[in-house]
Amino acid sequence: MLIRIPASHEPLPSEITPRQVYLSRRQVMAGLGLIAVAPPLLAQSAPGGGKLPRLAATPSTVAGAIAADKPTRYIDATSYNNFYEFGTDKSDPAERARTLRPRPWTVAVEGECAKPGNYDLDTLLKLGAMEERVYRLRCVEGWSMVIPWVGYSLSELIRRAEPTPKAKFVEFTTLADRAQMPGLRSAVLDWPYVEGLRMDEAMHPLALLTFGMYGEMLPNQNGAPVRVVLPWKYGFKSAKSIVKIRFVEKQPRSSWEDAAPQEYGFYSNVNPGVPHPRWSQASERRIGEDGLFAKKRPTVIFNGYEAQVGQLYAGMDLRRNY
Amino acid sequence: MRGALSAALLSRAAKPVLFLLCLAPLAWLVYGAAADQLGANPAEALIRRLGDWTLRGLWLTLTVTPLRQLSGLAALARFRRMLGVFTFSYASLHLLAYGWLDMGLDFGDIARDIAKRPFILMGFSAWLLMLPLATTSFNKAVKALGARRWQALHKAVYAIAVIALLHFIWMRAGKHNFAEPAVYGALLTVLLGWRMLRRLT
Repeated sequence: MLIRIPASHEPLPSEITPRQVYLSRRQVMAGLGLIAVAPPLLAQSAPGGGKLPRLAATPSTVAGAIAADKPTRYIDATSYNNFYEFGTDKSDPAERARTLRPRPWTVAVEGECAKPGNYDLDTLLKLGAMEERVYRLRCVEGWSMVIPWVGYSLSELIRRAEPTPKAKFVEFTTLADRAQMPGLRSAVLDWPYVEGLRMDEAMHPLALLTFGMYGEMLPNQNGAPVRVVLPWKYGFKSAKSIVKIRFVEKQPRSSWEDAAPQEYGFYSNVNPGVPHPRWSQASERRIGEDGLFAKKRPTVIFNGYEAQVGQLYAGMDLRRNY
Repeated sequence: MRGALSAALLSRAAKPVLFLLCLAPLAWLVYGAAADQLGANPAEALIRRLGDWTLRGLWLTLTVTPLRQLSGLAALARFRRMLGVFTFSYASLHLLAYGWLDMGLDFGDIARDIAKRPFILMGFSAWLLMLPLATTSFNKAVKALGARRWQALHKAVYAIAVIALLHFIWMRAGKHNFAEPAVYGALLTVLLGWRMLRRLT
């Protein structure tokens, strides 16, 4: 007999609401007009730019998905970005990403899986129920933001692809089109941008396949039309404008590992105890929150998501696997 | 033409005008900080732009002598000291902004940061080397040292420029973004190369 021991973050079977009960609740809510009428609470407290189409979502119920921190101003979250395909200055993406065409868009799902396929954006948008999640975002450069993202767990897409036992890692590839991305002319990185996760990391419910922020579709400079967001890792791990998701057996080599292996590791989990060779990671500046003369706030291991993701790295030497 | 230029450079207004010009970047930054015009991360913007202006000031200071020799406008020499002292002021503000805005004036942390991170060590060394130059920039100091020793001491500016450039290159190395350091490097090669050529010929 196979005894399955659930991981600590998994609910016990007895805790799971039966599907009928869950559906009937929805019916009652819809009957009362509550689902359609009630606007997402969080998006209200963090208004978007008002220029992009709305993307309706309900607040996520995934553990740890809604940070209590105050969301960063939309203007800051959309004008201070690292997206080297549009230039290396943090103001470049906002100024130059209008050439990106987020539609039509196709994501190829391929590699070690039983059901590979090409998903167009509209199919992806309907694949899972849209949730709003307020995540802390910690950039490897020592600043942080708090962003209300819209999307659903990456695991929903992965399950559909039915990865084979050989699929040990997931590799994400960002679009690399010179016509749309002026930054590709510079040799900062070896294009296209590639990032990767271990399978269990990718399957973690907090790993978000993201389509929107602040209740609206993603702006181009933030990785439109589809990206991942991994709140416990440094921001660069969260690949933007994804065109390919590939299941692989061997650990993928990410673009930053390629460029500077001594500075950027495969895991790149937020860790105040492991400094970057050129600066400390012990503290961070919260954009728009901390005054000019305020001391920076301490950085927390796994960006404060240790309770949710810590067990993924149990027994691992986080200094060596930085 | 040269006469008019020379007269303008020698006029009583010339130094106050240069003084105000040198203050303009600082005024602009202070205004930007007060009016929330420095983007999402004003602390970083202040630190970096003060660093940019330090480099520009240093390069301008080094341009005075070649320009004087090429143009024959001896009056240009009047402005070298002011440019140098302003460069030191911007360097000090750059260091202060780093220590205050980035490190919260925690001197233990600052000392550890300087010791640990080569690019910060470079920047700090450049500032340290500037100190004796700034403190001997008064007429009395020149007299006390004697012109020859004063000149020998102030040759340190060449080393300072090279170290400052290394600081900038190292800082940009993280993003493999060498376009701007390359421009500064090319200009410095010309400025120092010109001096070597004159010495050889």
